Amino acid sequence: MGFFEKLKKGLTKTKENLIGKIDNAIKSFTKIDEDLMDELEEILISADVGVSTSMELIDNLRESVRSKKMKDPKEVANELKELMKNILLEKKYEQKPEQEKPNVILVAGVNGAGKTTSIGKISKLLTSQGKKVVIAAGDTFRAAAIDQLEIWAKRAGADFVRQREGSDPAAVVYDAIVASKARSADYLICDTAGRLHNKKNLMMELNKIYRVIKRELPQSRVETFLVIDATTGQNAVNQAEVFSEAIDVDGIILTKLDGTAKGGIIFSIYKQLNIPVKYIGVGEQIDDLKDFDEEMFVNAMFAE
Amino acid sequence: MAIFEGLSSKLQDIVNKLKGKVRITEKDIKEVMREIRMALLEADVNYKVVKDFTNSVTEKALGSDVLESLTPGQQVIKIVYDEMTALLGGTTAKLTYSSKPPTVYMLVGLQGSGKTTSCGKIANLLRKDNKKPLMVACDIYRPAAIKQLQVVGSQLNIDVYAEENNKNAVAIAENAIKHAQRNGYDPVLIDTAGRLHINEELMQELRDMKAKVKPMEILLVVDAMTGQDAVNVAKSFSEELGIDGIILTKLDGDTRGGAALTVKTVTGKPIKFASVGEKLNDIEPFHPDRMASRILGMGDVLSLIEKAQESFDEKKALEMEQKLRSKGFDLNDFLEQMEEMQKMGPLDQLLGMIPGFDSKAMKGLSVDENRLKRIKAIIQSMTKKERSNPDIINASRKKRIASGSGTEVQDVNRLLKDFEQVNKLMKMMNKKGKRGLKGMKNMPFPF
Ligand SMILES: Nc1nc2c(ncn2[C@@H]2O[C@H](COP(=O)(O)OP(=O)(O)OP(=O)(O)O)[C@@H](O)[C@H]2O)c(=O)[nH]1
Ligand SMILES: [Mg+2]
Repeated sequence: MGFFEKLKKGLTKTKENLIGKIDNAIKSFTKIDEDLMDELEEILISADVGVSTSMELIDNLRESVRSKKMKDPKEVANELKELMKNILLEKKYEQKPEQEKPNVILVAGVNGAGKTTSIGKISKLLTSQGKKVVIAAGDTFRAAAIDQLEIWAKRAGADFVRQREGSDPAAVVYDAIVASKARSADYLICDTAGRLHNKKNLMMELNKIYRVIKRELPQSRVETFLVIDATTGQNAVNQAEVFSEAIDVDGIILTKLDGTAKGGIIFSIYKQLNIPVKYIGVGEQIDDLKDFDEEMFVNAMFAE
Repeated sequence: MAIFEGLSSKLQDIVNKLKGKVRITEKDIKEVMREIRMALLEADVNYKVVKDFTNSVTEKALGSDVLESLTPGQQVIKIVYDEMTALLGGTTAKLTYSSKPPTVYMLVGLQGSGKTTSCGKIANLLRKDNKKPLMVACDIYRPAAIKQLQVVGSQLNIDVYAEENNKNAVAIAENAIKHAQRNGYDPVLIDTAGRLHINEELMQELRDMKAKVKPMEILLVVDAMTGQDAVNVAKSFSEELGIDGIILTKLDGDTRGGAALTVKTVTGKPIKFASVGEKLNDIEPFHPDRMASRILGMGDVLSLIEKAQESFDEKKALEMEQKLRSKGFDLNDFLEQMEEMQKMGPLDQLLGMIPGFDSKAMKGLSVDENRLKRIKAIIQSMTKKERSNPDIINASRKKRIASGSGTEVQDVNRLLKDFEQVNKLMKMMNKKGKRGLKGMKNMPFPF
């Protein structure tokens, strides 16, 4: 199954999916009125777009309906789709230019979001392009986190740098930096322990890892990714805000889009924080990671 | 970024506007309901659940008399709060034991929701009832999932049943029950693989397991940060497998946790536990009243008071009070009090429960273990006399104390200053008597 199918299948699995609802909403309306707008707003909210972003979208939609003199409810759906795409297209992920080796990827997020699995997938993507990848086992806290990552490293054909459970994650990352240089690796990818963003000391620990990387590899491109579970509600905005303070998040990896969650929270993150999505996760297999495509994402949300 | 952090202040406005009425009108209710609806949606309560909820509250509130002590606005809010507390609670939340041991529990849920950790936490709780629990590793899919449960087991010193090379989770579960029967384990907790509720094959695996091991309870583990999709997850697991209770995880985060209301409403099953941290004893019974005010963003005064009561030994408190009245508060008391505060948990979390308390201002106020250790060392390096009468601590004494505790003189100075402030406050609280807790808001915490 291709990725678009997989995504679409996930996004349209339940009868209550977004487009089903939008279609039904549109069909039951013969003219554009406030009831239609209310219905559309509710549909957005049910996709985790959030109250304020949904209201804003609907306000803009109303404005478009007026200025473009729309008459047909079907046009309204298309217009909403465009408005949503525009939010995402306003801030596309721009990859910083490559500098000295190794390129670094630092992955962080709350517990269970899909960090380790995503690292396995990204590593595979890179090794299959012939890149030499070193993975650092920066989660020294969670039970068997190191073993889990080691299995992914093997699957991806990447080198693996680890220390004992309980050791200082910044020290592990430091070791991995030394190893990456010695082995002239193209990429160093660092896993980190899952942490809730309101735990101050854990966010400081994460910031320390980031600073070690910046200090030891001042000439390297460092990309920082925040992993967000698509099932997450409004709290994802807080996550993005606080993680950004610690590691200056470049992009988001939105996981578990193979479920029935729509991941609509990213619209608020784009609007409020300007952080784009870089990858999406659509399953538990090693190739279930795709580059984020704004058009495709919105189309899949609306696909029939 | 929580836009509706200020729900309490918005409600306050409404409350003020509606002062002095004796009967609640439809318009009063509508005004409050608009804010409540927004608050609930921002808290991730499913939009359909919100609709049903606000409708039923509106009906209840309509025409009801305003209690003497309240304004119409407050009255509506009280109805909202009571209604939500009732909805979140209800059925008894205790785990049930089978009359024919071993009692079997299955933990199920989405990927990453916290099943394995919860499994360890519950086993740990049940062990305290003089039981000999067995945990069973049935996640045969995720890399190192078996190992994870084994590590948790060894941390807790609780046995784990696993079959590394068996690719049949149902068979493993069955064998585990036999193993438990032979070796006197009870209860048996089965950790299953995380799965999507729409994965037919894996949902079938759970049904097969249920048929074979006949669990006393199937517990659905739900991440408190879940958004609108909670309704689909809860519905699927409930309808296709059947569940008996819910474990809500990651409540130590700052999510409002509206998913709790969603899953409870959709499944009708009780939320039995709240998981509040990564440590294996970070699990609590679920408190519907606290959750209700958390979802509504009203702050959690009850929780604060209850927590304080739990931690402060009543007798000790009385002793302290008498001491305060007679001679005042000395450094020994200071140390003791700080230890008590630490037992109550992270300070920022605690103070965040006070309504209207700005959580942003709380940054940097968490109880720092290292500082506490240092303060302890300093106080312990003082003589008895110095502790009960800090005024005598002059420069040369300070030097001695600093070197004795391996700190700097400025650390000693800071401690003495903090102490002085707390002392002042204690005197103030003492004057205010029972209303003293309110003074905590401005307490210059020395951490
Ligand atoms: N269905 C699905 N499951 C995923 C996806 N990404 C990760 N998972 C699963 O989610 C669970 C948690 O993933 P991990 O990679 O261990 O998450 P983590 O963020 O590293 O977790 P911690 O290190 O424990 O905080 C695992 O069961 C993964 O298989 C995805 O895109 N889709
Ligand atoms: Mg991990």
